[in-house]
Amino acid sequence: MQTDLIQEARRQAEICNACRYCEGYCSVFPSLHRQRAFSDGDITQLANLCHNCRGCYYACQYTAPHEFDLNVPKALAEVRQESWKQFAWPQGAAQLFDRSGVAIAVGLVVAFAALLTFTRSFASGGGDGFYAYMSHSLMVAIFAPAFLLPLAALAISMRNYWQAVGGGALKISDLWAACKSAGRMKNLEGGHGDGCNFEDEDRFSKARKHFHQATLYGFLLCFASTSSGTVLHYGFGLEAPYGLFSLPKLLGIPGGLLLCAGTAGLARLKLKADRSLGATNAWGGEMAFVLLLFAVSASGLILYAATGTGLVGVLLPFHLATVLTFFLLTPYSKMAHGFYRMAALTKDAATKRSR
Amino acid sequence: MTAEPDIVVIGGGNAALCAAMTAAEAGARVRILEAAPKPYRGGNSRHTRNFRCMHAGPLGPLIESYSEEEYLADLIKVTGGKTDEALARLAIRSSEECLPWMEERGVRFQPSLSGTLSLARTNAFFLGGGKSLVSAYYRTAERLGVEVEYEASVTHLEFDEDRVAQVEYSKDGTHHHVAPKAVVVASGGFQADLEWLTRAWGPAAQNFLIRGTPYNRGVVLADLLKQGIEQVGDPTQCHAVAIDGRAPKYDGGIVTRLDCVPFSIVVNKNAERFYDEGEDVWPKRYAIWGRLIADQPDQVGYVIIDAKSIDLFMPSVFPPIKADSLEELAEKMDLPAENLRATVDTFNAACGDTSNFHPTELDGVSTSGLTPPKTNWARPISEPPFYGYSLRPGVTFTYLGLKVDETAQCSIGNRPVANLWAAGETMAGSILGQGYLAGFGMTIGTVFGRIAGREAAAHAN
Ligand SMILES: Cc1cc2nc3c(=O)[nH]c(=O)nc-3n(C[C@H](O)[C@H](O)[C@H](O)COP(=O)(O)OP(=O)(O)OC[C@H]3O[C@@H](n4cnc5c(N)ncnc54)[C@H](O)[C@@H]3O)c2cc1C
Ligand code: SF4
Ligand code: SF4
Repeated sequence: MQTDLIQEARRQAEICNACRYCEGYCSVFPSLHRQRAFSDGDITQLANLCHNCRGCYYACQYTAPHEFDLNVPKALAEVRQESWKQFAWPQGAAQLFDRSGVAIAVGLVVAFAALLTFTRSFASGGGDGFYAYMSHSLMVAIFAPAFLLPLAALAISMRNYWQAVGGGALKISDLWAACKSAGRMKNLEGGHGDGCNFEDEDRFSKARKHFHQATLYGFLLCFASTSSGTVLHYGFGLEAPYGLFSLPKLLGIPGGLLLCAGTAGLARLKLKADRSLGATNAWGGEMAFVLLLFAVSASGLILYAATGTGLVGVLLPFHLATVLTFFLLTPYSKMAHGFYRMAALTKDAATKRSR
Repeated sequence: MTAEPDIVVIGGGNAALCAAMTAAEAGARVRILEAAPKPYRGGNSRHTRNFRCMHAGPLGPLIESYSEEEYLADLIKVTGGKTDEALARLAIRSSEECLPWMEERGVRFQPSLSGTLSLARTNAFFLGGGKSLVSAYYRTAERLGVEVEYEASVTHLEFDEDRVAQVEYSKDGTHHHVAPKAVVVASGGFQADLEWLTRAWGPAAQNFLIRGTPYNRGVVLADLLKQGIEQVGDPTQCHAVAIDGRAPKYDGGIVTRLDCVPFSIVVNKNAERFYDEGEDVWPKRYAIWGRLIADQPDQVGYVIIDAKSIDLFMPSVFPPIKADSLEELAEKMDLPAENLRATVDTFNAACGDTSNFHPTELDGVSTSGLTPPKTNWARPISEPPFYGYSLRPGVTFTYLGLKVDETAQCSIGNRPVANLWAAGETMAGSILGQGYLAGFGMTIGTVFGRIAGREAAAHAN
């Protein structure tokens, strides 16, 4: 971990601890005010609790040109980004974080090329619908490891995080508290419910919260759709393609639409927001990740619309390539934030409970 | 810049913004002239955290009730009776309707901050502090069509008999003038003008730190007083507290305050004690320590505590100086080591039974046979590591100001100035002769800012 980033965040945290004016905005400040001195682990935990809502930047009487030069959202964003690299597994992949924009682009191209070749050479494996282009067993052979390996990598990262921030025995009630907080995006409400300061300086707005909600719930619906397909396939022997009123479609279509709208909205806000209030180096990677999610959902929807046409031959490998890239890079891209955020919220709930 | 405004508001802090919004809501065309550049707009108001508010029952973040009589009694206690009761009652009574008024204009409140529980009933805390209040007001004002000019320093008001004929200001190095129908002065005190402070206080003032904005230099105040506008208060009165000696010269704000004096001994640069550190609970005493330090050689003090006390007070912006022995601490703080050792030994020897020590109450744990005594929280300074902070007087605001009546109007001789109103710190002396009650500055600014805006608009329309 880069000690100068931690040290800078610690310097700012100490000033905030003497001030406390931002106590009501989010979970970071009450947690900060419970302490007097901040270990590296404490700073890492604060950084992962921060939702970058920026309320505390626009409220701060000590931002530049003041000599105290406070920029808490940025200081915490940089520690956060560094911490993900530190906890990444395998360590060799950690540097992907710094280049996740490039990684995403390269991943997409390679995956697309590979899948296209596969579908071309194995086409007409005798199946129906999509399986006419790629057999079910081939899809499973590719996607099961692509899904499970990153999950395993994340599990190791989460264990590393938990140790670094001094988390104790995991309690279900704390995890549940974290789910509730994340589910509502409580920390993007600004404490007063007016939302956060993101796209238009100190004006409070709920746009970011709403787009993020759409992205989160859209993603979960899509995930549930795929899972339900898997269950139908193995549990009930019902094979794709599924009709409009099947579970995978009922979950997947609204999920895809939400995900499309959410990611498009987030990308637009990101263009308007001041980049110097985040981890400047991570901006490109974050943007690429949002666009990748958009591509996953948009290509999925278009693919569905194109069912039965010749376009499927190209659309299917493209859609699968976005999904594959997304899965494989999950532990080393912005997607990791969801897992770290949950861990930080869980730890915060535990600390509050033990008080 | 559009056509001549009906009303010019001088200043860009809380009082100015309350006046500007009120006047604009009444239909007047308003222009704010703010001396500071945009990032520093909002004067001392950007450093505040709460305002004191009367309330008959739970109101917003405020619990229980706080009556007019209790509020007034609190005020009279801190000012030693030097209070204009009619104006004070007006401010107190109006404060209750201010809270929802502020909310309607974008201010958001939060429960009293950790470490300030004693204020939960009397003071409503702004979410994000004063800068977020100021930012919300600027947004609202702009929506109401108020024009704002930054870096616009008013230099002179030209009078034509008993009315202001013209306001002169400099911006971008050039002179401008504007002839509005009415003017509201809300440009604060003069504390940032060290020369003026030095004239009033003597050379000691050179070593004062200014807790708030460097832009409140009293230019408009001096200009008006010179032209015979009625004055209140005298220039030697100011609110000054003891703050961390390492604080910046200006604008250090809230984080430079130190709350450890009651658990310490405080010595001057000769390592001698000079005042009872445990006279009363800190919120009641911190405002006298500015003056106490100002009276010491070189206007500096040194707080010494030991390991027992380090966690008993709110942390402050700079870490304490830390040492394993008193001698090492003396060296790090540039104090004569032998004297410090002698002072601490004498103090420790005068400490008695400390078993009743209670950090948040007057515990009566005192020294015996020591001058000056320490009458509460007197525990020996004995457990390493030892910690030290330097202290300097930090001026919050000055009291000298413009005399106004209950319509916030200024006067010249014994007649009102037909089109001049004042609000905020620049007229606070009309209400408080001395002393200060936490949160009352923002109350005065809000109440009299609204009155000034209303009156100025009525005159202009
Ligand atoms: C660190 C600190 C903390 C405080 N905390 C509290 C608190 O919690 N609660 C409370 O009630 N009070 C508090 N106070 C006191 C409070 O800040 C003042 O009472 C209040 O802000 C005064 O408001 P105002 O609008 O009159 O003046 P200010 O907010 O100081 O505004 C004066 C404005 O005039 C402008 N100006 C000055 N000269 C000129 C000129 N020549 N031309 C044009 N513009 C000019 C300045 O730039 C500034 O914008 C605190 C003060 C400090 C320093
Ligand atoms: S961000 Fe600024 S205003 Fe907020 S608590 Fe920290 S120092 Fe205070
Ligand atoms: S940016 Fe938002 S979430 Fe992060 S510390 Fe500041 S107020 Fe809290």
